[in-house]
Amino acid sequence: MANENENLSVWTSISFWRRSAAWVTGFAVILLIWLTFDTMGQISMGTDADLQKAVAEGKEINRVPAPTVINYHIDYKMSKTRGHEVPVIGAKEPFFGKEWSPKEAAALLHLGKLTVQAKNCMNCHTLLGNGAYYAPDLTKAWLDPAWQKGGPMQAMTNTGTTEEAMAKFLQNPSQYPTHARMMPNLGITAQEAKGVVAFLKHMSSIDTNGFPRNFSKTVEQFKTGGTNAH
Amino acid sequence: MLTSIKTNEFAGSESKKLAMMYFRVAIILFGAQLLMGLIAAIQFLAPNFLFEVFDFNVARMVHINALVVWMLYAMIGSVYYLLPDETGVETVGIGLGKLAFWVLTAAVTVVVLVFIFIQVGPGKESTIWLINEGREYIEAPRWADIGIVVVVLIFYWNVFATFMKGRKTGILTVLVADLLALAGLYLAGMFFTDNISMDQYWWWWVIHLWVEATWEVFVGALAAYGLVKIINAKREIVEMWLWIEVLMLFGSGILGLGHHYFWIGTPEYWWEIGALFSALEPVPLVAMFVHVLYDWGKEQGMAKAEGKPGNVVKNGPAMAWIVTNAFGNFLGAGIWGFFHTLPQVNIYTHGTQFTAAHGHLAFFGAYATILVGMMYLGVQGAYGVERMKSTFKSKMAIVLITFGVVGMTIALTIAGYEQVLVERAELGAGWDAFFVAQNLPWYVQAQIWRTIMGVITFIGFVYLVWDLLTIGKEAKAAQAA
Repeated sequence: MANENENLSVWTSISFWRRSAAWVTGFAVILLIWLTFDTMGQISMGTDADLQKAVAEGKEINRVPAPTVINYHIDYKMSKTRGHEVPVIGAKEPFFGKEWSPKEAAALLHLGKLTVQAKNCMNCHTLLGNGAYYAPDLTKAWLDPAWQKGGPMQAMTNTGTTEEAMAKFLQNPSQYPTHARMMPNLGITAQEAKGVVAFLKHMSSIDTNGFPRNFSKTVEQFKTGGTNAH
Repeated sequence: MLTSIKTNEFAGSESKKLAMMYFRVAIILFGAQLLMGLIAAIQFLAPNFLFEVFDFNVARMVHINALVVWMLYAMIGSVYYLLPDETGVETVGIGLGKLAFWVLTAAVTVVVLVFIFIQVGPGKESTIWLINEGREYIEAPRWADIGIVVVVLIFYWNVFATFMKGRKTGILTVLVADLLALAGLYLAGMFFTDNISMDQYWWWWVIHLWVEATWEVFVGALAAYGLVKIINAKREIVEMWLWIEVLMLFGSGILGLGHHYFWIGTPEYWWEIGALFSALEPVPLVAMFVHVLYDWGKEQGMAKAEGKPGNVVKNGPAMAWIVTNAFGNFLGAGIWGFFHTLPQVNIYTHGTQFTAAHGHLAFFGAYATILVGMMYLGVQGAYGVERMKSTFKSKMAIVLITFGVVGMTIALTIAGYEQVLVERAELGAGWDAFFVAQNLPWYVQAQIWRTIMGVITFIGFVYLVWDLLTIGKEAKAAQAA
C-alpha cells in the first residue's frame, strides 16, 4: 500500500531506529567480546616460571601471578611511572614455615578460594572492593599493618608471623575481639584457615591499578610508630 | 490479590492467571527482602544483635537474593501478563509454565531455608553445589542454578512459541530478544575458578549486563506496554521510543560494563572505556523519563481537545508507580550511578556505602517501581474493572516507600561520603582506617537515619500489600454502583 508514512522524516521512522538499535548493539557486543579476549590473556594466572623470571630480572610480573607468589615477600608501593601503588614482589620468605611447591601452592589456593566462597566472606567483606560493607576490604589485607610484627593482631593471637596470626584469628574470630563489631565463628578448620590466608596473600599480589589508593600511607605511618587507633 | 485466584475475570486467560501466581510470590519475597534489610541495618548499630545466630552475612545474603528473585518473579509474571494482550493469542505451553512455576518456587524455598538454617559449609566443592556459592547476588548453589536454567528455558520457550504464533509487535520483538540475552547471561556466573580476577570478570557479566543493560531494556518494554494499556498511548510512538531506548541503553550499557573493571586486576584500558560508556548510561534514562511524562501530557491534552471529559489514566496506582519509575530510574541509576562512575572518583568510593546508596535507589527506582505498577495492572485485570483509582492505601504505600528509600539513599550517601574522606583519603584504606571511619559519630548518625527510613519503607510495604489485596474488590464494587 502507498504508505502514509512515506513523506515522514527518518527521525520518526521506526525501521530506522530498529536498524540503528541492532547495529549499535551488535557493534558494542563485538567490541566487548574482542576486549574480553584481550583481558583474558592479561588476567590469566601466571606460571611459577614467569614469576621466577620476573623476580630474577626485576621485571613486571603477571597481573595475576602464580599461586607460588605465597613464597615471596609482597609489598605495595607507589610507582612514579604509573601514578599509583603497585604490588612489588621481593625476596623469598617462608609461608607457614616452608616453601610451597607449585602443586602444593595451587592446592592451598584452591582450598582457600573454596573456603572464601563456602563461608560467604563476601557478604560482610569486600574482595577487590566488591561485596558488602560491614567489614574491612580484604584486597590488601595481607599487607595491613594490623597483622604485621608489632601490630595488635600478632600480640593478641600470641603468634610470631602474619600468616599464623591470621590463621589463628580465622579459626576463632570472636575470641579476639577488636571492636564491638566482631567477626563470627564460621567453623573454619586449621587447614581451611591456611588456605584462606594463602588466598589473601595471593590476592594482595594482584595488580589492581592502584586500588586501594593510599594504602601504603597507612603502612608508612605504622612503620614510623604512628597509629590511627582511637 | 490473593482472592483474585477465585474471582478473577481473565476470561479464560491462563497466562494472566499464571502471571498473578508469580506476582504473589514476588510480593512475599519483597517482604522478606525488607525484613532482612532491617536486621542487617540494626546490626550496623547493635553488632550483638543475633550475633553468631543470624549474622550480618546471612541477613545480607537473603536481603539481596530475595531482591533479585522477587524481581525475576515479577518480571516473568509481567511477561505472562502482557503476552496474550500483545500477541492476541493465549500463551503456548501454559501447563508446562505452571509446572515450571511450582518447580521454581519449591527450589527457591529450599534455597532460602538452607541459607537461613545451614548458612555456610566447609571449604569443599559440595558446599558450592549444595549450600551456598558465596558470590554476591548469585549465591544460589549450583543445583539451583541448573534448576533455574531449566525453568527459564521453559519460560523462554513459552514466550517464543507464543510470539511466533501471534501478532509480532515491536514491544514483543524487543522482549523476545532481550529475554534471550538475559537468560543466556546467567550461564556466565555458573563456574568456579581459583582466580579471583577471572571470577569477578565473569561475575560482572551476569550482574552488570543484567541490571545495566538487559533489565533496563526490559523496563523500557514494560513502560511501553503500560503506557499503551493505561493511557491508550499511540503504539507507533511508544514503539519508536522503545527502539531509541534500546539503541541508547545497549549502546552505553554493554561497554559501560567497563566501570566494574577498574580495580579487579583487569588492564588499564577499562578506565577509559568504562568511564566513557558508563557516563553515557544516564542519557537513555532521561529519554525514558521525558517519554513517559510527554506521552501522558499529550494523551490528556488530546482527550481534552476531543472534548472527552476526565482523566485518561485508567489505572491510577499503576500510572503513579510508572511515573515514579521514570523519575527513580533516572535519579537512582542515572545520577547516583554517575556520581561515582569515573575512575578518578571511583578509586576512593569503590566498596563504600556510596555503592550501597546507589544500589538502593537504583534497584528501587529502576525496577521495584515498575514491577509494582505491573502488579496493579494485574489486579485491575483480575477484577475486570474499567478504571481503578488510587485509594488512600495506594497513596500511603507509594509515598512512604518512596520517602523511605530516598531517605535511606541520602543517609547512605552521607555515610559513604564520610567513609570516602576519612577512611580512604585521610587515613589510607587499611583495617584500622575502616573501623575509625565506621565509629565516627557522623557515620553512626547516618546509619541511625538509614534504619529509621528502612522502618518507614516497611510501613509503606504493609500499606502496599493491604492495598493490593483490597483495591480490586473496592474498584469492582464502585463500578457496579
